[in-house]
Amino acid sequence: MKYIIAIVQPHKLEEVKKALEEEEVHLMTVSTVLGQGRQKGKTQIYRGAKESGGLLKKVKIEIAVNEDFVERTINIITKAAQTGQIGDGKIFILDLHDVVRVGSGERGSVVIN
Amino acid sequence: MNAGDTAWIMVCAALVFIMTPGVAFFYGGMARRKNILSILTQCFAIICLVSLQWVLFGYSLSFGPDTGYGIIGGLDWIGLRGVGQEPSSVYAGTIPHLVFMIFQAMFAIITPALMVGAFAERVKFSALVLFTLLWSTFVYDPIAHWVWGDGGWLGKIGALDFAGGIVVHVSSGVSALLLAVLIGKRVGYEKQAFAPHNLPITFLGGALLWIGWFGFNAGSALEAGGLAANAFVTTNTAAAAAGMAWAFMEWKMDGAPTVLGIVSGVIAGLVAITPACGFVSALSAIPIGLIAGIACYLAIARLKPLLGYDDSLDVFGVHGIGGIWGTFATGIFAAVAVNPGGADGLLFGNAKLFFIQTFYLIVCIAYALAVTWILHKIVDALVGMRVDKQSELIGLDLTQHNESAYTILE
Repeated sequence: MKYIIAIVQPHKLEEVKKALEEEEVHLMTVSTVLGQGRQKGKTQIYRGAKESGGLLKKVKIEIAVNEDFVERTINIITKAAQTGQIGDGKIFILDLHDVVRVGSGERGSVVIN
Repeated sequence: MNAGDTAWIMVCAALVFIMTPGVAFFYGGMARRKNILSILTQCFAIICLVSLQWVLFGYSLSFGPDTGYGIIGGLDWIGLRGVGQEPSSVYAGTIPHLVFMIFQAMFAIITPALMVGAFAERVKFSALVLFTLLWSTFVYDPIAHWVWGDGGWLGKIGALDFAGGIVVHVSSGVSALLLAVLIGKRVGYEKQAFAPHNLPITFLGGALLWIGWFGFNAGSALEAGGLAANAFVTTNTAAAAAGMAWAFMEWKMDGAPTVLGIVSGVIAGLVAITPACGFVSALSAIPIGLIAGIACYLAIARLKPLLGYDDSLDVFGVHGIGGIWGTFATGIFAAVAVNPGGADGLLFGNAKLFFIQTFYLIVCIAYALAVTWILHKIVDALVGMRVDKQSELIGLDLTQHNESAYTILE
């Protein structure tokens, strides 16, 4: 099992979510986050006072998948979240030890099938 | 007694009242999220405190029969003794004396509330309460008496202040600047930018202020007539010109017009037209507003960083600078053709008024600064003006009021 963390542009969330659902990936956790990469932040000015390098808003999508879904999930996200410009985000793939379904106590890959 | 005048001034009193919650929102949105409740609490506490001070003795000190020399009103009207449903013999003869009193109460309330922005995010609540009571009594009440009280000495020499450019805005603006300097900078000031946490709330506050200002300025005619109409129109015109001016300054100097800029500009224009609104024409309100927007922007965006004081939410930059400009502007643009009870200004060939206005400014600024300095010493010695560093870092909402404005968990 893998744990996939994708950081994408906020305006791409709907497209990514739709594309994932079409390919049978339904389980995900989404949060809004702040970050900076090569895109750098945008300078904000309040009454003439500059706040440089303010962090940019991004969306973080977390998905736990079984091995046969890993490449498919990565491809869907990459394709749907791409604009070709800097700031499109990153995908991190981590090994996942175990999963527990709180409702029943079931464990392992069956939980995220 | 006149029913129209009475109804109008009661409505205006309510309009001026809404300005203090307006100020709370205006400032609250500009503060960091950990301090918005402290500002809202301070503003409501000031409404409660000064409302009581005013009926118990503040009104008598400001407007009571002069005790001689035009310095202060007597104690004849404490607890509103003799202030009833019949008109006063000296003020606003067409409305009940009680209506005049409560209209003036709203001005006494908003003035200390304006100062909240200067020492925001670091003042101790107990100190704020004590300081407000003292400042209202020893700074606001005397200055109001000098200018508006029957027999007040500045009113007698011909100083013009239609709705409180000096009494309200300059007195609070310069006192706020001194307090910001005496209390000191916020922890981290100049090392990091303190961005406003909720500009829509600031916008809401600015909108309430603009609405309330119609009562503040047009109500100061103390009748429902032509002079009130003139003040209403000049008020709106100056606000519009100043909002545009500030936004264009930002556009040119900083790259983009901002919502904080256009709202700040509007408030600066409202401040500047306050002393002039019943003495100048609608067309004169345009340059008054334009210059207010430009001057206040430059004072805040350029001068403040040079001088390095931490007037957190720019009380001096908006109310001090705007009020000072408005007082001079009254000496420049005032016209007897607009208000026969006023005087001609520089533009209409009378230099005398300009000198009176300058003298009026110097006296009131000096007095407000001196007394504010003394009151700060007293309050600082008694309860301490500032919270400790740890409380400041955690935020005043949690450390002074045990509350949070925005919960993360349900």
